[in-house]
Amino acid sequence: MDFQSCVNIKKEWDIVGARQLGRDIAKKIGFGTVDQARIATAISELARNIYLYAGSGKVCFEAIDDMNHKGLSIIAIDEGPGIEELSQVMEDGFSTSGGLGAGLPGVKRLMDEFDIVSEQGKGTEIKVVKWLR
Amino acid sequence: MRIPILKLHNYLLISIQIDLDDQTAIQFQEDLLNKIHASGATGVVIDLTSVDIIDSFIAKVLGDVVTMSDLMGAKVVLTGIQPAVAMTLIDLGIHLQDVPTALDLEQGLIKLRQELEE
Ligand SMILES: Nc1ncnc2c1ncn2[C@@H]1O[C@H](COP(=O)(O)OP(=O)(O)OP(=O)(O)O)[C@@H](O)[C@H]1O
Ligand SMILES: [Mg+2]
Repeated sequence: MDFQSCVNIKKEWDIVGARQLGRDIAKKIGFGTVDQARIATAISELARNIYLYAGSGKVCFEAIDDMNHKGLSIIAIDEGPGIEELSQVMEDGFSTSGGLGAGLPGVKRLMDEFDIVSEQGKGTEIKVVKWLR
Repeated sequence: MRIPILKLHNYLLISIQIDLDDQTAIQFQEDLLNKIHASGATGVVIDLTSVDIIDSFIAKVLGDVVTMSDLMGAKVVLTGIQPAVAMTLIDLGIHLQDVPTALDLEQGLIKLRQELEE
């Protein structure tokens, strides 16, 4: 555990703020340009989902620096309505908003680890990790 | 924030130089369609050399811009997509299959001329 910083997601512009901070942190950890783009894109998807479906929430970053493991862990947390059909939303093309429905399945492919906990009426917490290779 | 749209003969040229937020992307879509209408342009090149992230929302806006411009009679070519951005789009599952692309602005203009002459 190295440092932790969070970006509150309230306005649309915070989506850009979150992915820029995430990219900066990824760069500092040592990720190359392709992984920086993957990480920034994943953050953008998670932050936009918070903004669109939960109204507000936050995205937090944590650099992982164990003995033989370096990486970046990102947690997106909101106290919105939660996700009703968890298995459905992980399928490509499922969207309740007329989007491409590429967001969550895309994030899973962009990152190395993906965990989602969502409870109706309580909110959603998505944790993703990218390992430095 | 607004993205400048330049006119060159029958073409419109756009170089996106900023990190696109959703509002700016939507505004750009509207501005471009209005400009196509007002100028009667037959071709559009959107250069993405400086864009280092395209997420699902921006991809949708760009795809829609191509389709809408096509409906209005203007061909759009996207140029300069960075390697990292191309790889990220594939991970996202976005293929932009029907969207004409070219390596850079110059190739984009050549491609437009070819397509419009056919
Ligand atoms: N934080 C969240 N809170 C509540 N519902 C959510 C949340 N994130 C996603 N969802 C639900 O999951 C669905 C799928 O999300 P996903 O990001 O995969 O696609 P999308 O946002 O609809 O479209 P895209 O991301 O491609 O623009 C959404 O349509 C929404 O109903
Ligand atoms: Mg989404």
